[in-house]
Amino acid sequence: MTIDRHRKDDGPLKPVPDGPAPEPTVQRLRVRYAKRGRLRFTSHRDISRAVERAVRRAGIPVAYSAGFNPHPKISYAGAAPTGVASEAEYLEIGVNRPCDPRRVRDDLDASLPPGLDVLDVVEARDGNLADRLEGSMWELRLPGADPGEAERAVKEFLAAGLVEVERLTKKGMRRFDARQAVRWLAVVEEPGIPAGQETVQPCVILRMVVRHETPAVRPDDVLMGLRLVAGFAPPSPPAVTRLAQGPLDATGEPADPFAFDRAGGDR
Amino acid sequence: MSVESLFPRLEPLLPKVQKPIQYVGGELNSTVKDWDEATVRWALMYPDAYEVGLPNQGVQILYEILNELPETLAERTYAVWPDLEALMRSEGVPQFTVDGHRPVRAFDVLGVSFATELGYTNLLTALDLAGIPLDAVDRTDEDPIVLAGGHAAFNPEPIADFLDAAVLGDGEQIVIAISEVLREWKGEGSPGGRDELLLRLASTGGVYVPKFYDVEYHPDGRIKRVVPNRDGVPTRVFKHTVMDLDEWPYPKKPLVPLAETVHERFSVEIFRGCTRGCRFCQAGMITRPVRERSITTVGDMVEAGIRESGFNEVGLLSLSSADHSEIADITRGLADRYEGTQTGLSLPSTRVDAFNIDLANELSRNGRRSGLTFAPEGGSERMRKVINKMVTEEDLIRTVTTAYSNGWRQVKLYFMCGLPTEEDEDVLGIADLAKKVIKAGRDATGSRDIRCTVSIGGFVPKPHTPFQWAAQSDHETVDRRLRALRDALRSDKEYGRAIGYRYHDGKPSIVEGMLSRGDRRVGRVIRAVWEDGGRFDGWSEHFSFERWMAAAERALADVPVDVDWYTTRERDEHEVLPWDHLDAGLDREWLWQDWQDAVNSVEVEDCRWTPCYDCGVCPTMGTEIQIGPTGRKLLPLTVI
Repeated sequence: MTIDRHRKDDGPLKPVPDGPAPEPTVQRLRVRYAKRGRLRFTSHRDISRAVERAVRRAGIPVAYSAGFNPHPKISYAGAAPTGVASEAEYLEIGVNRPCDPRRVRDDLDASLPPGLDVLDVVEARDGNLADRLEGSMWELRLPGADPGEAERAVKEFLAAGLVEVERLTKKGMRRFDARQAVRWLAVVEEPGIPAGQETVQPCVILRMVVRHETPAVRPDDVLMGLRLVAGFAPPSPPAVTRLAQGPLDATGEPADPFAFDRAGGDR
Repeated sequence: MSVESLFPRLEPLLPKVQKPIQYVGGELNSTVKDWDEATVRWALMYPDAYEVGLPNQGVQILYEILNELPETLAERTYAVWPDLEALMRSEGVPQFTVDGHRPVRAFDVLGVSFATELGYTNLLTALDLAGIPLDAVDRTDEDPIVLAGGHAAFNPEPIADFLDAAVLGDGEQIVIAISEVLREWKGEGSPGGRDELLLRLASTGGVYVPKFYDVEYHPDGRIKRVVPNRDGVPTRVFKHTVMDLDEWPYPKKPLVPLAETVHERFSVEIFRGCTRGCRFCQAGMITRPVRERSITTVGDMVEAGIRESGFNEVGLLSLSSADHSEIADITRGLADRYEGTQTGLSLPSTRVDAFNIDLANELSRNGRRSGLTFAPEGGSERMRKVINKMVTEEDLIRTVTTAYSNGWRQVKLYFMCGLPTEEDEDVLGIADLAKKVIKAGRDATGSRDIRCTVSIGGFVPKPHTPFQWAAQSDHETVDRRLRALRDALRSDKEYGRAIGYRYHDGKPSIVEGMLSRGDRRVGRVIRAVWEDGGRFDGWSEHFSFERWMAAAERALADVPVDVDWYTTRERDEHEVLPWDHLDAGLDREWLWQDWQDAVNSVEVEDCRWTPCYDCGVCPTMGTEIQIGPTGRKLLPLTVI
């Protein structure tokens, strides 16, 4: 028990650990990573454990919080749900020695299991990363669904002013509107299938851009909305992938949330 | 013939189950070897949920050793939760390994590690899901050899019908020997089918094949004798002992799961075996003699393990970790090496001794001193003499006083209820002890901010211990004493609030007792329970005492034995015990004498520091005590 670093204004002295204080954060690194294939079954907690261990194995000089139970300074923004794949997950690492973002990208990627893949690392400028993640673009693959029915359902959904859906949350069944958060929604063609290669099963692909709100509107909420407005009911559960996250502007697609950091400008 | 991955068929089921990541595999340091390049293929199972099974040291060690062998591969499989089991049944997906997602039935050996008897029903689920006949006699050459190991395999008789073979003791060398027998036999074109293979394994004397032994019974239900029923099968099967743990520094590359598990740390076994001689402790009896891993090997393993895993906690495992001859140098050396690196060190299984406080202080440098755990096991001085847990009340009070004065705020005390010769007052003595502990803490610190938690469970007599002849206490007695203790703790206004109380009720111990000391007839009970839906018996939310009792009633209706016969009945010296033909090296006459000494409260010393008292293990097994000190020290790590 030594100095009163943690003294509250009005409270008693809080005990603090003996020994030196942890080294301060000198740099924050913003990381975009993907959650692919089998690793889409990881939960947010699974990922945070995997990242903490990978950071240790990679020897990245992560900063720690003070106190009796120091935590590595790694924060996560808007993680995709368990079972959902993503090309655009974000986290931020505080380090106590300046690092080259490119080297961190390579080292962390090599250290993470295949399927958790580091795509981009930038040095953070001002501002809060989570605030820049205003919306997401999602892709839903619906094997065995009828393309015509999907088109009709999308049209009716977009024409509606309000589509109330229900979801079981920790606080019980909640009713909320799934329409207003949807900025853009369309049936798209299967991209990149080589000519002549037949798909085994016809697959309807939906893409949507959804604004992050409270309560969060998830892709499966939109899917429920399509069923409610037009009776669209695909025969099997969707394979969902988050394609992008970022600031929403008039164009519809989320912009690059790192653009500001990369430009090196200040706000 | 190559074997396809089941993953494409499993994948659509995963979004519908809890914690799907546990079935996906892909752990750091896991291995998927080429199927066709291997001759001998092992599926290793820990018969509990992934979150419990993945960290198991035994499975990780054998997995690594087998995969290092040429022509041999090993994959892992765990018990699936009922939600996935139901989907696998409806979709026809068989039991799979998490490495290559290959069907378990395609392997040559299904090796199952039983740390506890409560995994028996999960074995049946896995066999059934795999499409392997439950009864060993119904299996064909298309089925793997179902092989049991682990501490519970020292009496495999209750699951003898479901096993092809069992091995006793340390697995490191015997799995290699078994692989070699298999490789030769397959190389010859698998002559004589699985019976020939089992005969070759049995004739080594190191593999027990239950079906090569007949059990004969007396009319009153006791066993008359157990005899081999064919030539070339030895009358006794011996345990395996690895000498020189420095030669076997596994795990080298610990498995790092994505899913959350019960032990999120890298564990290093600092020694194997224990000769403290606690009479209730099966592990201490069957793992003799003590074999230490040297301080330098421990240091090297910790360094490599942290580097390979990224874990931020290291556990120094053994049955009584503070007894390592160089434990002070190990803890100080590791604490120095990892100072300032956010690496936690823990030392489970320590004894009641002020020396332990020094070790604990060393391991918690700069950290919060929250809780320390001690296990006096018995509530009264007399009781502790019966169980040979040589701790006096004075020792305990001195130890906790040191702990509280060094800034530790909470002390946890472990006890057992239902020990042989126990009376109500032995258990009520725990309340007095806990109050004295709190008083000592208050006196030492001048603070009322200290706590003590009493944790108590039912005692289960185990095979190969001096208590193998003892009557287990019935659950009514155990529960009555546990309630009386609770009332005694709560009634005291001065101390009651400072004492926490955790207990396990006595019913599960009765089932565990039947499974521990059961014979082949208990197999019918296990099967009846499983057919009635019994799964995951180690989990209180799945365990049903009533189901076990009803199944026992039905399954044992035509034999002159019942649950009480297996549990609360005291055996006499000359009764043939179901595991008498399985040899842990312990001299039966010594065990009996130790049982008599227990009843008379006669204590026995530790043979590491006093002359040999002829337990029989070293001469029978050709082993010896291997302890330091080596005089070596851990040097600081050079920063890379």
